[in-house]
Amino acid sequence: MLLPEPIQKLINAFERLPGIGPKSASRLAFYLLRAPEDVAQDLSEALNGLKDKIAFCEECFNITEAGHPRCEVCENPKRDSAVICVVEEALDVLALERVGAYNGKYHVLHGVLSPIEGVGPDDIKIKPLIERVARGGVKEIILATNPSMEGDATALYLQQQLRPHKIQVTRLARGLPVGGDLEYADQNTLLRALSGRQEMS
Amino acid sequence: MRDTFRSVRVEAVVLRHSDWGEADRLLTLYTRQLGKTRAIVKGARKITSRKAGHLEPFTQVRLQLARGRDLFIVTQADAIESYLPLREDLILTGHASYVIELLDRFTYEDEIENLTLFRLLTDTLSRLASKSDPWLALRYYEIRLLDNLGFRPKLFECANCGREIRPEDQFFSFSAGGVICPTCGKGLPNLSSISMETLKYLRHFQRSSYADASRARASLEARVEQGRSIRKEAESLMQGYFTYLLERELNTPGFLKQVRG
Ligand SMILES: [Zn+2]
Ligand SMILES: [Zn+2]
Repeated sequence: MLLPEPIQKLINAFERLPGIGPKSASRLAFYLLRAPEDVAQDLSEALNGLKDKIAFCEECFNITEAGHPRCEVCENPKRDSAVICVVEEALDVLALERVGAYNGKYHVLHGVLSPIEGVGPDDIKIKPLIERVARGGVKEIILATNPSMEGDATALYLQQQLRPHKIQVTRLARGLPVGGDLEYADQNTLLRALSGRQEMS
Repeated sequence: MRDTFRSVRVEAVVLRHSDWGEADRLLTLYTRQLGKTRAIVKGARKITSRKAGHLEPFTQVRLQLARGRDLFIVTQADAIESYLPLREDLILTGHASYVIELLDRFTYEDEIENLTLFRLLTDTLSRLASKSDPWLALRYYEIRLLDNLGFRPKLFECANCGREIRPEDQFFSFSAGGVICPTCGKGLPNLSSISMETLKYLRHFQRSSYADASRARASLEARVEQGRSIRKEAESLMQGYFTYLLERELNTPGFLKQVRG
């Protein structure tokens, strides 16, 4: 049986999302078909708002509300501009902010280097970070990419690029088991990792 | 072959990983027992997951796999060799990724054992991790990989007329899969040139053990300038041949170029 076009279109759209296979996509689409009107309504409004009302901070690339060129962290005068914590995704900022122990600023890369997938330095927000550092005033960079092969590769590349700037470069690694995602770390683990960060040689 | 067992113990090298569902990870593995296969690791992205640490790309592991509805599920994982040096140097990470990318692109999930290929993979990763000359390790790997996959290039007689190759500069044809003699080369389109010197090294790799092949290093080092151009020619020729066979660009050579700056 051929599915009517509107539902096939929705299934195709779900399938393009990370972690969703054909089966989950069909399940979600049929759920929405059956669900009360407002469930689909809320979802479609939220989706529309996502691109219109959300933007990226022009300093650190964290998420910000549209119309605000800089995010909450960058706007806060109490945050220490001399320390920048570099993370893969905006979700990692949330994880670190929940801990509440970090008072510096962030830089969101929006990805990691991956030789096999063909993601190189120009495909993520590395250049803007180097430019930020070159403008001066930064004393320490904390590399908080995930403890994975790709996270390590990204940290190595950043360390290499930051070397001429003669600032302290540390890696948030201790206490984070290899292979895990920062986004899923509990607060104590993150706290330990932050205080135990080590200088990269 | 399918559905003959519910659970199986394998030795494997992790080729790739990607996020899957809420907190799971999907692994692409090259196993000693089943060739290339994929498996899910439940909860791998939770930072407390104990299994996750062994399941990064390049690592060699012993796994217990249970057959799930669509894919294998990893129920147990123990590290055999983590090849840590490959993750501590960006260029080595790039080289190891090249090894993995070639194997991944050339193989299918057929559940067929290929011990030679598995050994070639682990030997090559060990060679890179022990800081032996990466050019040598990679070119040897390429030649052996082609052999094993049925694309052994003809290096001793002309791939067009069949006559024995004489010691002079030649051509190379990706479509004919080998060297083309100067006489045939005049009339054929889309040929690359290959110097006699470079051809000598490739031939040597095709018929020698790695131990014998590594002796080539001294002669390359001795002739600094010429050695460099031989290395370059062999590398771009092999990459051209692989790109032709795969019908698409490889990702890792471009990555290496970018990070080398
Ligand atoms: Zn910001
Ligand atoms: Zn000929």
